[in-house]
Amino acid sequence: MLKELFYYLVYPGFVFLAISGGIIVWFDRKVTAWLQFRKGPPFLQPFYDFLKLLLVKETILPARGSKITFLLAPVLALAGAMVAGILILPPATGLNTGFSGDIIVIFYILTIPSLTYIIGALASGNPLAAVGASREMKLIISYELTFLLIIAAVILKSSLSISLEDIVAMQQHHAYIGSISGVLLFITGILTIQAKLGLIPFDMAEAETEITHGSFIEYSGSAYALIKLTKYMMIFILPVFLCAILLGGLKFEGIHILWSILKVLGIVLLLTLIRNTNPRVRIDQAMRFFFIWMNLLVIIAIVLILFGL
Amino acid sequence: MGFKDFVFKKSLWLFHFGGASCNNCDIEILDCLTPRYDVERFGMQLVGSIRHADVLLVNGSINRKDKSRLLDIYNQAPKPILVVAIGACGCTGGIFAEGNTFAGPVDKIIPVDAYIPGCPPKPEAILAGIVKLLNKKPEKKKTA
Repeated sequence: MLKELFYYLVYPGFVFLAISGGIIVWFDRKVTAWLQFRKGPPFLQPFYDFLKLLLVKETILPARGSKITFLLAPVLALAGAMVAGILILPPATGLNTGFSGDIIVIFYILTIPSLTYIIGALASGNPLAAVGASREMKLIISYELTFLLIIAAVILKSSLSISLEDIVAMQQHHAYIGSISGVLLFITGILTIQAKLGLIPFDMAEAETEITHGSFIEYSGSAYALIKLTKYMMIFILPVFLCAILLGGLKFEGIHILWSILKVLGIVLLLTLIRNTNPRVRIDQAMRFFFIWMNLLVIIAIVLILFGL
Repeated sequence: MGFKDFVFKKSLWLFHFGGASCNNCDIEILDCLTPRYDVERFGMQLVGSIRHADVLLVNGSINRKDKSRLLDIYNQAPKPILVVAIGACGCTGGIFAEGNTFAGPVDKIIPVDAYIPGCPPKPEAILAGIVKLLNKKPEKKKTA
């Protein structure tokens, strides 16, 4: 019982995910600042932001919205991100969890934060939040099929194994990124993660300049702190998941610790570079981009896998 | 200085309210976010929604139509919130102080924590005002 609680709350659960997520967010903001020739925020900035929202600020409830749903949505989002992290991290680091078929469960659980953002936004009763929620919905519709196809391709590549641990173990010597189909899957995977995290080319759901934070416009204080924490966790979990399915997973022994950290930071660096060099696209452009071009790339990759490339 | 005060002052998020401004102060405020001055060093960033804001930047002269909007914005903000009046118009009314539609400087409408005078204040002056705001001793809670 105590052991399960430790797994759930400390490693690989809440505390570990929150701290590494905060560090990744600092890295993202610092690289952004460097790209713009600025100095950037101090190292503990994400934690200051979170603690300020949690401890100091007042939480305002919407007068005309559904208050319980409004407050429950961030809690569910945080729980979803936490469970996804707990399911992803042990297999990604090569530990046997004895759970076959977890990659499908992970696919579903990774959707929970976005879904709860929609629920919370619609419960707040703000018209701009409703616009944000509708955009988030369309975005989910467009990227989920691509994400599912990527996972299907990876399953096909690892001879129909649906356990994340087997998929990582099969890449011990040759990571999947070393083949043509692997490269195609990596490109689509990066862009899908970009949309899943709501980073800039696909941040129309919380566009600051047109709909003023969209889905999160009514959140303040500790409810917004939980949403921030969910975002910190997701920006750590999704690169780790991409590492596990395409780059051969993470290892915590000897020199491999350095490679593991570099893999995750490399993926985050790519996400940051894409975020800083692109304008926001419209929702119809994003849907067309995923439905036609990304799906086409993944299907080409699947055909290549069938030919053994 | 307690822990809560410390984290609050380490991450001030700014919300920008422009009254009937000539837009000069707006431009100087945005200058503070550019590479040369970079207020993100202090953990500050511009936010789009007043619900996320910790500092309300008010510039421009406040006329009768702006007054109700400013009060609305102030009442919608989650407390504690700091108010900074920027520019001559925000602090005193400037050349509009005698005007027919002028509804009083900012501190007649909402409590103000820092004044940054100038027409417009240079970005250095705004940064100096911010540093003074950060070093200010925490006061007794005032009533809005």
